[in-house]
Amino acid sequence: MKARNRELFGLIPASLLVVAGFTAVFIQRQDQVSNVSLTYGALFLGLCLGGHFFLRFALPNADPYLFPLFAALASIGLVMIYRIDETLARQQAQWFVIGLACFAATIIFLRDYRKLERYRYLIATASILLLMAPRLPVIGGTVNGAYLAVDIGPLTFQPAEFAKIGIVIFLASYLRDTRQLLVQGSRRILGVTIPPLKQFGPLLVVWGLAMLMLIFIRDLGSSLMFFGAFLALLYVATNRLSFVVVGLGMFSVGAWFFASNLAYVQDRVDIWKDPFGSGVIDNEGYQIAQSLFAQADGGVFGVGLGQSLLDLPGGAVIIPAPDTDLIYAVITNELGLVGACGVILLYLLIVERGFRIAQLARDSFSTLLAAGLTAVFALQVFVIIGGVTKVIPLTGVTLPFISYGGSSIVANFVLLALLLLISERARSREREEAG
Amino acid sequence: MNKPILRLYGLVLVLFAALIFATSWWTVFGADDLRSNPNNRRALLEQARVKRGTITARDGTVLARSVPAPGGLYSRTYPSGDLFSQTIGYSFINFGRAGLEQYRNPELTGQRPELSSIIDQLMGKKAVGDEVQTNLDPQAQRVAIEAMAGRKGSIVALEPATGKIRVMVSVPGFDPNSIPDDLSKLNTDNENSPLLNRATQAQYPPGSTFKVVTATAAIDSGKYSPDSIVDGSSPKEISGVPLSNSGGAQFGRIDLTTALTNSVNTVWAEVGEKVGIDTMAEYMKRYGFYAKPPLDYPANQRIASGERGANGELLSPTSNLIDVGRMAIGQDKLTVTPLQMAMVASAVANGGVLVAPRITDRIIDSDGRVRNDIKSTEVIRVMKASTAQQITKMMSNVVREGTGTAAALSGIAVAGKTGTAEKNPALDLNQVWFIGFAPADNPTIAIAVTIEDSVGGQGGTVAAPVARQVLEALL
Repeated sequence: MKARNRELFGLIPASLLVVAGFTAVFIQRQDQVSNVSLTYGALFLGLCLGGHFFLRFALPNADPYLFPLFAALASIGLVMIYRIDETLARQQAQWFVIGLACFAATIIFLRDYRKLERYRYLIATASILLLMAPRLPVIGGTVNGAYLAVDIGPLTFQPAEFAKIGIVIFLASYLRDTRQLLVQGSRRILGVTIPPLKQFGPLLVVWGLAMLMLIFIRDLGSSLMFFGAFLALLYVATNRLSFVVVGLGMFSVGAWFFASNLAYVQDRVDIWKDPFGSGVIDNEGYQIAQSLFAQADGGVFGVGLGQSLLDLPGGAVIIPAPDTDLIYAVITNELGLVGACGVILLYLLIVERGFRIAQLARDSFSTLLAAGLTAVFALQVFVIIGGVTKVIPLTGVTLPFISYGGSSIVANFVLLALLLLISERARSREREEAG
Repeated sequence: MNKPILRLYGLVLVLFAALIFATSWWTVFGADDLRSNPNNRRALLEQARVKRGTITARDGTVLARSVPAPGGLYSRTYPSGDLFSQTIGYSFINFGRAGLEQYRNPELTGQRPELSSIIDQLMGKKAVGDEVQTNLDPQAQRVAIEAMAGRKGSIVALEPATGKIRVMVSVPGFDPNSIPDDLSKLNTDNENSPLLNRATQAQYPPGSTFKVVTATAAIDSGKYSPDSIVDGSSPKEISGVPLSNSGGAQFGRIDLTTALTNSVNTVWAEVGEKVGIDTMAEYMKRYGFYAKPPLDYPANQRIASGERGANGELLSPTSNLIDVGRMAIGQDKLTVTPLQMAMVASAVANGGVLVAPRITDRIIDSDGRVRNDIKSTEVIRVMKASTAQQITKMMSNVVREGTGTAAALSGIAVAGKTGTAEKNPALDLNQVWFIGFAPADNPTIAIAVTIEDSVGGQGGTVAAPVARQVLEALL
């Protein structure tokens, strides 16, 4: 079967998901199935089909599973957001349109994505400036004490979502050039392999600046993602575990330093250790405690779609930020352990496709780019779900394609476009050679 | 570069497995802890969607019922108002639960084992709470509250043979219907502590009512008999400090029965010392001291009776900090709950066998079937039947001709013991007591009555008449 036909079949489960989801929410609300509300589902399906036909024409050989997997995530997200707040769902649907436009634009204008390599320092600088933007006067804005957002007119966007792609592009491109040198030029000092400073220097500078910016804007979740992606790429490029070990060592020292010196990091760790303590649970620990209560309430099969309690009678919020940070808790509450595992499995399949694309790619830049994008995506999922389930301290990043948020949708559509472009290139080469 | 990518994928697998493990932990294995966390209002709210079962009295009077509230929820009303305030307690979404409402919450919300509840859920059956039928007697309760006439204190009355609690009064009470408006006010009213169930939570000095326990230990251990001749002179050296009788009265050589009839301190303190701390501890434990009283009531609303240290902590029953002589007459650092003293009377009344008290009689499901017929499984023999008979005789004398004559009923023999513990000699404030049972030859009700800060009052003059009214209502 042709790749694109597989994709079309793959979209069937996604569309069933969205239909079933909306129906369940309707039934729960005991509304009549109103036309206005049903249009969300129809619009969404139309968008998926549109995307599919665009891919048929633009990237006939690209991986057939990625797009349906993203569509499935997006449909879960849309149903959940619709269930939380109808207005937000309408905006989210609009963001899908914009995201899909950016997706198409990326595919059309970056058909030969390898030209990105030429602009790597420009991209790196732009990413760092993007990260700094929320701290600038006038346009900067804070979310929960972190400087995450930029306000331009009526638009608010979160630059870290875009910066993560930029930094991965830079790292992939830089490591392609220097990976041999990093390995060959390294010396062993006191049993530790040290890469040559000449090649390693610029890498450290760019990455270090990015980390500094993240500390500057207090975005702990993103710093974790960036650091992890950096180590993953370094490892893939050099196949040297010792680099990773040294990196983790540096990270531990850094983490310990920040945890004991920066009040806001310290707070996060303290809340993580005991969110149920008296005085904590009603304040800083409220979010994580309520998240866990909601999950416990869900049990194995969940309380049912649309049944989750978000507010108490009288107006008190019982799940803060249900549409963004804690959306995973809402999913677990309503769909139970089974539904939550389903969502994690979807992400795992995407990661598997991403790494497969990286393995199929013929040139190092493509491999590194695909591996880096996939790693940063996987880490983002781990950081937010890990935070919500108290595996690590809770920090605010979005759950890709499920959480509400324009920046997240658009950035992840671009990420998807890049993965598909790399896949198309690798697989059409394969077909040419075979044919 | 394929190998590192594969390993990287392996790492992602491990990380995601951790997420699945964590989610399983919170949703399944650790879920019970989270659900029972007092800060988890979600559980309360979920249960408010269930039509909570009614709580009824012995005669069918509805004590608590659910009425539909906005948002598909139910809220609680208490038709009998403040009649059973602390005993029944309350249940409100935003204010938590207390009393029997808290203890019987699983039944009242119709909780079933996990599997059958999943089946019910799949079949679309809505959970409905079970009805909790209690042994409480509204009419006698009303009489009891009126007899207290607003004085702070407590009354507990139960059936010795079955442990069924018929009356449980704690004054001042509160109207559970007003909890949503007044909880914080009630909570901070430290002068009256209306939320405190004095019957199960108070720490009162028992005074001379404790001599019943001392008499049990003395006679059942074989060291004394009711006819043993003892020395009632006053003062007497107890633990190196002189102890006097009430009013310095001299009794000379009397028998043990007379010593109880007239509540002679010097005799009973000496008996306590002669019986010794080990035997005293043994009998106290049999009566239920030094443990939370067994009752279908929340553990945080029950406290143990016994000797307490400087910081209010329960001492070891054989601690060398205990002055056994003074403890034997209900002094020293001994504090008790009215429920415990009612259990003492009950054990004597029931031929020496203590049947654990209980508020609940039966649990009835929504189809009218009896789900659980609550039988007291905890039955302890405190003393030989013959000892119980002898103590009953001694206690009958107290009411017939001793300090407890005010508890006497016409035509029915009452057995009992009075107590007067000096709480503040300067202001002449006493903790007054009466414990007993009736009819003496075939007891159906055991009772403990106590009143706080009675100005110049005596157990025989203040508490005994209250007991008489309650016994009259119950017999």
